[in-house]
Amino acid sequence: MSVRLAVLLIWLALPAWAQGFAGLGADSDAGFDLPDPAYRMQFPQDHGAHPDFRIEWWYVTANLTGEDGQDYGVQWTLFRSALTPDGDVAGWTSTQVWLGHAGLTTPDAHFSAERRARGGIGQAGVSTTPFAAWIDEWRMAGEGFDQLRLTASSPEFAYDLTLRAAGPLVAQGRNGYSVKSPSGQASHYYSQPFFTVSGNLNLPGGQVAVTGQAWADREWSSQPLAADQDGWDWISLHLDGGAKLMGFRLRSTGGGSYSSGTMIGADGTAHPFGDGALEMTPLSETEVAGRQVPTRWRVDLPGHDVSVTLEAINPQSWMDTSFAYWEGPVRLSGSHGGRGYLEMTGYR
Amino acid sequence: MMTQILRALLAHWRHRPVQLLSLLAGLVLATALWSGVQAINAEARASYGRAASLAGQAGLGRIVARDGGLLGDTDFVALRRAGWIVSPVLEARLRNPGPMRVRVIGVEPVTALANGTTSAGPEAGSAALLALITPPGEALAAPETIAALAGVAGLPPLRESAGLPPGRLVMDIGQAQALLAMEGAVSHMVVAADQPLGRAPLAEVLPGAVLKTGPVGGADLARLTDSFHLNLTAFGLLSFAVGLFIVHGAIGLAFEQRRPLFRTLRAIGAPLRGLVAALLVEVLVLALITGLAGVALGYVIAAALLPDVAATLRGLYGAAVPGTLSLSPLWWLGGLGVALAGALIAAAQSLWRLTRLGLLAPAQPRAWSRAALRAQRWQGAVAGALAALALGLALTGTGLVAGFATLGAMLLSAALALPLVLSGLLALAARRARGDLARWFWADARHQLPGLSLALMALLLAVAANIGVSTMVGSFRQTFTGWLDQRLASELYVEAVSPADVPALRTFLNDRAEAVLPIWVAEGALPGGAGAVYGVADHATYRDNWPMLSIVPGGWDAVAAGDAVLINEQLSRRQHLTPGDTLTLPGGPDLPIVGVYSDYGNPRGQAMIGLALFDWLYPGSERRRFALRTDTPEDLRAALVGEFGLPAANIVDQAAIKRQSLQVFDRTFTVTAALNALTLGVAGVAILSSMLTLAAMRLPQLAPVWALGLTRRRLAGLELARALALTALTALVALPVGLLLAWLLLAVVNVAAFGWRLPMTVFPGDWLRLFALALLAGGLAALWPALRLLRLPPAALLRVFANER
Repeated sequence: MSVRLAVLLIWLALPAWAQGFAGLGADSDAGFDLPDPAYRMQFPQDHGAHPDFRIEWWYVTANLTGEDGQDYGVQWTLFRSALTPDGDVAGWTSTQVWLGHAGLTTPDAHFSAERRARGGIGQAGVSTTPFAAWIDEWRMAGEGFDQLRLTASSPEFAYDLTLRAAGPLVAQGRNGYSVKSPSGQASHYYSQPFFTVSGNLNLPGGQVAVTGQAWADREWSSQPLAADQDGWDWISLHLDGGAKLMGFRLRSTGGGSYSSGTMIGADGTAHPFGDGALEMTPLSETEVAGRQVPTRWRVDLPGHDVSVTLEAINPQSWMDTSFAYWEGPVRLSGSHGGRGYLEMTGYR
Repeated sequence: MMTQILRALLAHWRHRPVQLLSLLAGLVLATALWSGVQAINAEARASYGRAASLAGQAGLGRIVARDGGLLGDTDFVALRRAGWIVSPVLEARLRNPGPMRVRVIGVEPVTALANGTTSAGPEAGSAALLALITPPGEALAAPETIAALAGVAGLPPLRESAGLPPGRLVMDIGQAQALLAMEGAVSHMVVAADQPLGRAPLAEVLPGAVLKTGPVGGADLARLTDSFHLNLTAFGLLSFAVGLFIVHGAIGLAFEQRRPLFRTLRAIGAPLRGLVAALLVEVLVLALITGLAGVALGYVIAAALLPDVAATLRGLYGAAVPGTLSLSPLWWLGGLGVALAGALIAAAQSLWRLTRLGLLAPAQPRAWSRAALRAQRWQGAVAGALAALALGLALTGTGLVAGFATLGAMLLSAALALPLVLSGLLALAARRARGDLARWFWADARHQLPGLSLALMALLLAVAANIGVSTMVGSFRQTFTGWLDQRLASELYVEAVSPADVPALRTFLNDRAEAVLPIWVAEGALPGGAGAVYGVADHATYRDNWPMLSIVPGGWDAVAAGDAVLINEQLSRRQHLTPGDTLTLPGGPDLPIVGVYSDYGNPRGQAMIGLALFDWLYPGSERRRFALRTDTPEDLRAALVGEFGLPAANIVDQAAIKRQSLQVFDRTFTVTAALNALTLGVAGVAILSSMLTLAAMRLPQLAPVWALGLTRRRLAGLELARALALTALTALVALPVGLLLAWLLLAVVNVAAFGWRLPMTVFPGDWLRLFALALLAGGLAALWPALRLLRLPPAALLRVFANER
């Protein structure tokens, strides 16, 4: 998830990021609402935007199989960032800024695109009934959150997918309160990991019909990372048999890390786990965009008998956006088969 | 060896400092005028480039309203949500006091297109973005803009950005809308070069908008201003040519004078190649020194003239050019190169003759005057050929370059023919003369001609250019003044602060003014490029006063009924449209043309249609301006300010507009006048230097006359009279050449450059003044040699007989 914070922070080059702030920096509560462990999510309201929080995102990753039998991956993201705690104001004086990222991965190609918009004029936004999240012509929309149409396009590629939820929403962390560091930075976080997908990809080589699975994440917060957290590795895995695993590892400059995540049963039962339960070990690296990035991983979650190896479908899944990072589909082997998405930032 | 040859050669200059001075002055002046003009042109061009690339939007397509009016924020959002990568821009004039016209350019920083393919976004980060988009906002401007806006209330904080052209305020579009009271307005949208797949066609998303690709306003502007720069370049070239005449004369003279030296050097064993090399080194060294001085002087000239040029370009074309110079090393090198090339061209003939110099050739400068006869025949032939070329070009050529080529060929032909013509005139005078002294006077003048002819040619060019340009400017001014009187028939011109105020303003004016005539304009594509369409009220003001060049009977009625259109002279000439043809209006119907009017206010194409039709075709256009007819303009102005609350700056009276227009006009030709004066000065220097160098050579001719009993006073007087006679004859020859030049400027160059043809008016008073000036220049130049003759010790004259020559 952390990439999503970083995208916003680095894109906007918030002073807080440059200066760093351990614990609850003065900047983070400069009038913004703060995540509250006592808060209980309510829907459909919480599918919508929370303009009084500093940052928020709507994030979908999809593992797809084409009619040609090939693996494909799709990413669709809408970020919201508030420059000031003035909430949602109509017109050009709105201080809400929106950012969209779209990715499409094939075994031998990776495409990425970015869009930007200011709030207050309708170029980007989120409405709840019916649900729609959009920036420009890119849309994630449907009657409710359990049946969505997902579209994005660029000069090189486009996709048009239909997502149907085959399971319940899952609250991450403790009742949706997800802790991000030992010093207590946290966010509100829920997911829909049970989407089944069908649709079409438009690639330079032509149209491809695809089916598969998708995972949606919703997260909002006002507290960015701790000052010494400079990168992270995040996974969302669809295990064969129907179980799901979300995990992340926040790497500190000193060499330590903070990990957390949730094991989700096939019925949607969440088993959150705290720091140290999940082990993520890089196995081999690939040179991507002039830097070494681990594209094979060993992931162990002993408490749930998970020990799998992740292999990138395309090791060059580089999101060449204004804040660049690695995000792409992976295949699993080991204790479980399956597939999922891997996201990595902070590799220089 | 080489060093010895060089020292021998350079010794010549030590003995003739005046000749050296004239050579240096010629090269310095030529280089200075040329590089000064180049500096002005380069500076102006660089500004256009900056203006065009403003906000990084050069060369991209634009989406504009079909009717030439405004688009809105909602149109921008609709396009983005249909998959069009566009960024909105609001551009409008700032209503500021003071002389500088300032345009507000509102851009949207988050979607602004940095390079046409991807959005680069707010590089400066969130703090900078926040400062831009939230009140009070922030505006970027050039330092001179900030200075001009000092003390103006209601503006956001101004931040200096030296890269911007003057007269622009760049700010966030939201803040710009608020500042201009144009909430929700977008004047155009910039379209990214790469667009996403599968977006809806523009006609479906926004039927009222059109996509314009290719060159935008900037390129249009460049085409228009090109003619002005070509004008300047032509004058720069003319000055350079005049300068080269001087240099050629000085070098040629030095060659002739050093003939004995060359022969002696060759005779004592100096190789020809060494001699040529030494002369070449001499020329290059002189060129290098003068080139440096010339470029420095050119900088001074350019810096002095640039403010006027900048004012001209702003007034005539609306192009913003800063009044200060910033020059590249390339310019300095170019100036030096021109000096070198000019010196080499001027020396080429002498070097060539040196290679042909026989070892035993007579070491006397007489060769020069003897060769002159042959040269004259040659010159005559070339002059004839050039005259034929000029005639051919005038008859068949089209366009500005052909116009200037005609002009150049004609001037050069006239200059080359001058010695022949003068020689003929002098021969005629000699035949008519009575008495030996008079006959000697004329014959000696004719004998002197070859030595003076280059200087006289320079004088001819300068005088002709002065007559031609002053006739052109004078004719233009007279026509322009008359046209202003016709065009500005209304007493007051007002502009509402915002479109919302217009109904109230009209109601207010209905009882108080005799007539309220809307001045509504829509920008759009006319044949041959961007132009404007005006809506015109059906009113006697127009029928009685509008400066029509031609109109068919009942034309005004057809225009009022919306059945016909009037076009300006520029459009008519460029597109060969005359009454009876049809014109396609931007986004609208084809209408028959019923009349053509003169329009010296701008070089663009323009059309006028009836108000009702305008209203129907261009509902979104700006319509805040009105012309008012009233008998009591002062009372009405007071009422508008006092009762209605219209800012005083939004009301202009007829006299003020005329005054401003004439100011712009006069500034336009300040530069031309300055260059003209400089050219005349250069010609004066040429005559002076020729006279001075000839004076020394002429002793052998004067000594016998002195010996026959003519006093030195008398001789000096005759020398002065001879110079005046030659100058006067040259000035007389220059008169028809100048008139021909004026005709070419008015009938060929102006039509090509601006699209209008002006009637030629002659100003004999100007000719007299110029004639006197030329005589003064010639007389002054001859005065010094004459005084020297007066004070010449008789021994020097006697020595002529003693010396073995």
